[in-house]
Amino acid sequence: MITATIQPTFSAWRGQARELLQRGIRPEHVDWCDATQTPALLMEEPAAYTARPPTDIKVPAEFLNLAASVCAHTDARRFAILYRLLYRLTWGGERHLLSHPADPDTRQCQVWAKAIGRDIHKMHAFVRFRLIGVDEATQREQFVAWFEPEYRIVQLATPFFRKRFASMDWSILTPHECAHWDGQDLTFSPGVSQSEVPDADAHDDLWRTYYRSIFNPARLKVQAMQSEMPQKYWKNLPEAQIIHELISSSGERMKQMIATPERPVKPMPDNAYLKKLHGRKRGAEGEG
Amino acid sequence: MELTRKLEILADAAKYDASCASSGAARKDSRDGKGIGSTGGMGICHSYTPDGRCVSLLKVLLTNACLYDCHYCINRRSSNVQRARFTPEEVVQLTLDFYKRNYIEGLFLSSGIVRSADFTMEQVIEVARQLREVHHFRGYIHLKTIPEASQELIEKAGRYADRISINVELPTQEGLDKLAPEKNLANTKQAMGGIRAKIEETVSARKEASQIRNAPRAKAPVFATGQSTQMIVGADESSDALVLARADELYRDYRLRRVYYSGFSPIPEPSVLLPIKPPPLVREHRLYQADWLLRFYGFDVGELLPREDPNLDLELDPKLAWALRNRPLFPVDINRAPRELLWRIPGLGTVNVERIVAARRHSRLRLIDLQRMRVSLKKVLPFIIAADHTPRVAVLEAANLRHRFLPAPRQLELNFNAPPPATPQDALMALSGQL
Repeated sequence: MITATIQPTFSAWRGQARELLQRGIRPEHVDWCDATQTPALLMEEPAAYTARPPTDIKVPAEFLNLAASVCAHTDARRFAILYRLLYRLTWGGERHLLSHPADPDTRQCQVWAKAIGRDIHKMHAFVRFRLIGVDEATQREQFVAWFEPEYRIVQLATPFFRKRFASMDWSILTPHECAHWDGQDLTFSPGVSQSEVPDADAHDDLWRTYYRSIFNPARLKVQAMQSEMPQKYWKNLPEAQIIHELISSSGERMKQMIATPERPVKPMPDNAYLKKLHGRKRGAEGEG
Repeated sequence: MELTRKLEILADAAKYDASCASSGAARKDSRDGKGIGSTGGMGICHSYTPDGRCVSLLKVLLTNACLYDCHYCINRRSSNVQRARFTPEEVVQLTLDFYKRNYIEGLFLSSGIVRSADFTMEQVIEVARQLREVHHFRGYIHLKTIPEASQELIEKAGRYADRISINVELPTQEGLDKLAPEKNLANTKQAMGGIRAKIEETVSARKEASQIRNAPRAKAPVFATGQSTQMIVGADESSDALVLARADELYRDYRLRRVYYSGFSPIPEPSVLLPIKPPPLVREHRLYQADWLLRFYGFDVGELLPREDPNLDLELDPKLAWALRNRPLFPVDINRAPRELLWRIPGLGTVNVERIVAARRHSRLRLIDLQRMRVSLKKVLPFIIAADHTPRVAVLEAANLRHRFLPAPRQLELNFNAPPPATPQDALMALSGQL
């Protein structure tokens, strides 16, 4: 049995997996451990082998994308199952494994990758930037956001923000890892605690005004909202502060609407355009 | 008037428009450091309100003053609602400020009709022009157009917008005559035809431009990539068959990206001409399901809504209802049936149909394989044959098969502590940014 203790990242897994694969180590002979969760004693154990140059073992590009996603997951089995999938794809000769959605290993990895995809998507949706100032030298606006993703997705999710907000300086801070953009480079630094983030932006009030006004109290569907915007995200969303208020007042507002007397039809105003519209219609009526 | 108050009035005035999609735009971003924003691929829902609707765009009217008298609309001239008007600069600034904080994907701008269709259209276009030309905004812009506006103005709107839309509002001219006397179905169709032609012309010109090497990208013409519309359901007597037949016609003849169905809901300024009781919200949901079946599952309107029953079953989804009417076609062998037949199996979506087609090349599929794909076995079992399953004939022929699928009666409650697990469909909808 070989113990492979790695940092929980895609690049660490890839390096280790490539090496094991070249030696033809079968998946059932490897015990994968997360270095950040393993007692110090084991971490000091020297690596059993040194890196070798990659040989011509080829895997589909699709596998690498899948592996990058799966490594961002937190399930403890992910490195082992991913290695088993890799072994079967190469030594095992199951070249078309990834197009076999009923295969348990493929399916499991796809399920994990999907969860990662969803988490990334939610990060793109729910990050809220706060303006903290303007850089005196460059005149660029500076923004900071705090976000708590479920998985370790900061590096996978932030290139999106670079494309979209290239002309602002921004930092996205999370408990695991932070991302920073200065107009030139996207850099990463270790996670921080939420206390380092300003907790409001002057525009949050205006945004809540919008959120309150766009809500239709006559069609309350709380479950539909929650399935798309689970409560775990609410604490970092400025608009979520008024959700309870909106729900609890909706019944009363609906009653008022129904109790409001119906408005009579007002006569047509004196407007040339309207007259033309109505005139044309009368003209067309004969044609059916 | 204060900006906050204007926003209150003009967002409130815009909320009856269901469309909030921000997907399907041409790929663009701001990596050149000029301006801000990006679009392309999937839209993003940045928030959800307690009515279950997604908040993707800043959806406002430029003004809610309106010459028209559409009785389902809170902004009609007979309504006593407070009126307000944004200046174009105010909308531009709000859009940019909201966008930079990642509240939104872009702007959905509409307007009450003031003075004339052309005058109103020009005001709306001015906002989009400033965003694109002055601020180099590359986020999403959806502009509502007025069918009576001139073709030149509609084309101009299309050059700035990612999507343009015209609401048909009701499926028939008789309905419009009664409830929206200024609206005309023929005008709407004509304008949609013009937009379709322009979209197609742009697509082919772009294709041509991309085939010529070294041609600078910027030379390719720019025009909205799609158009959509909305129909209000339950404000007039129209049956689901009428609504869907109209939708089907619009999809075919004008290549619409989406038809939105908006269940009529009570408004704070009720009209004498409208029903007080709103249609059940589930009717709207069933229409969306039927709409999906028309577009992605090869169904036609007549199959979903037979002549003798022109309204969708509110208790069962339309595919299941169809299957129960067509039992002799089942059971279907999932290991052999062509795609078109797999699409017809209640409980199987297009994604799982693709998985089945891919997986059965490797081995004969059993129920455990379906379970791994997260197919609801309870729903599909009576309708399929798998390697280890053949339904008993009695099940499929039983008169009470329908009861097997009816939802269990349950109490309505608002439970904040235990949010329901998201279904794969939910996730898919969240990803596509669609309802």
